[in-house]
Order: sequence, then structure tokens, then C-alpha cells
Amino acid sequence: MFIAATIAVLITMALTLTRALMGPTLFDRLLAVNSFGTKTVMLIAVYGFMTGRPDFLDIALVYALINFLGTVAVLKFFEYDDPAAATYQEDDY
Amino acid sequence: MFDAIVWLVSWALILIGCVFVVSGAVGVIRMPDLYTRLHAASLTDTGGALFISAGLIIQSIFVFGSAMAAIKVVLILFFTLFTAPTASHALAKTALLSGLVPTDASGKPLLESSEEATQLARSRPADYRSGQDSETFAKESQFFNGELGAGRRNSGRLS
Repeated sequence: MFIAATIAVLITMALTLTRALMGPTLFDRLLAVNSFGTKTVMLIAVYGFMTGRPDFLDIALVYALINFLGTVAVLKFFEYDDPAAATYQEDDY
Repeated sequence: MFDAIVWLVSWALILIGCVFVVSGAVGVIRMPDLYTRLHAASLTDTGGALFISAGLIIQSIFVFGSAMAAIKVVLILFFTLFTAPTASHALAKTALLSGLVPTDASGKPLLESSEEATQLARSRPADYRSGQDSETFAKESQFFNGELGAGRRNSGRLS
């Protein structure tokens, strides 16, 4: 069962990586990389169960957080050019 | 008997999750433009994570007998359910802000220019309230909500 899930996630990662390589716009690549990161979390979790070592879940947990931070940081860079100087307006949201 | 049920349920959940995940990847490859790809990717991301994690939780409790592993899977699921939609939202907003024009099914652009897309992304409820940007507001509400949605959003902001 876990082998099937691992293979499915690996196929998915290969497909999203294809999109990341051929994506016409930059945002396609970012979308693919973000999706790839989520799939990595799933892969680590499933692989940990497959080998009978659920301790791998710690790594998956950390990776989930890093993936989100990375995507948002890159997006903020594209939105404001200079992420350090950017502040939201009071009424923005 | 109980073991068989546990295996069957977790099997089913993980396989449903796999179907979600793979179909999302196929959508990311085959969809015509960024916004549709984003739709395929973000929905199946959360759906697949939800089902696979549910299967893993059942496995960790009943097969591995580890409550700690189950808690960790719940935490992973929790973070994924928060972060994946947030990242998708930020991605779509940034794409619109940078002037990527959405298209309809036949590939016809829904906005006239990339400047218009940027303006659409920049327009905020604050602008509508002070009446500085009613033209953009009308355009956006037509684009996203139709007239009914626009009326509802307006009536919620009385200041």
C-alpha cells in the first residue's frame, strides 16, 4: 500500500517538475515548485511509514513550514521588488 | 476482523489521496493557462494531503500503535491546510499584479491589457469605500461576482 502511494507521489513530483522546467511564465514555475514541495512533504511522510520509521514525520513537518516560507518570500519579492522595504498599507486588507 | 477493517479503510483513504494527487499533476501539465493550472494544483494539493494524512493517521494509531506519530501527521495536515491555500492566493494575486491576463476557455483574453490586470489586483475595498476608484470596482465586480456579489460587498461596508 505505501509502495503504491510512494510511486503515485513520485509520478506527481515528476509531472510537476516537468511543468517547472517548461512553464512559460515565471509563475508557472513557482506554482510547480510550491506543489512539488507539498508533494515532498507527503512523500517523506509516506516513506517513513513504508520503512516502518514514523520518525521521518519530524522532517516532513519542518519541510512543510520551510516550503510555505520559501514560496511567500519569493512572491513578496516579485510583488514589491524589495522585500525588506515593503510594508503593507493600513487599509490593504 | 478489526485489522481487516483498519487496513481496508486506510488503504481506501490513501488510494483516494493518490488519485487526487496524480490528477492534480495531470491538470498542472495539461491546463491552458496559469490560473487554471493554479486551480488544478491547489485544490488537489489540499484534497490529496487530507486523504493521505487521514490514512496515515489510521495506520499510525492502529498499526504502529504510536499516538505521537498520529499527532505529528495531524500537525502536518494542519499546516498544509493553512499554507497551501495561502500560497495559492498569494501566487494568483502576484500574477495578476504583474500583469498576467486571464483567458477564457478558447484562449480569448478576459481583460484588455496587462495594465488593466495590474490595476485590478491593486484595487482594494478601501478605494471603493472612498469612491476614488468606482470604475475599477465596477469592472472587478463584473469580472468576479456579477452584480449581486457587488451589491452584497458594498452593503457590508457602510463607513
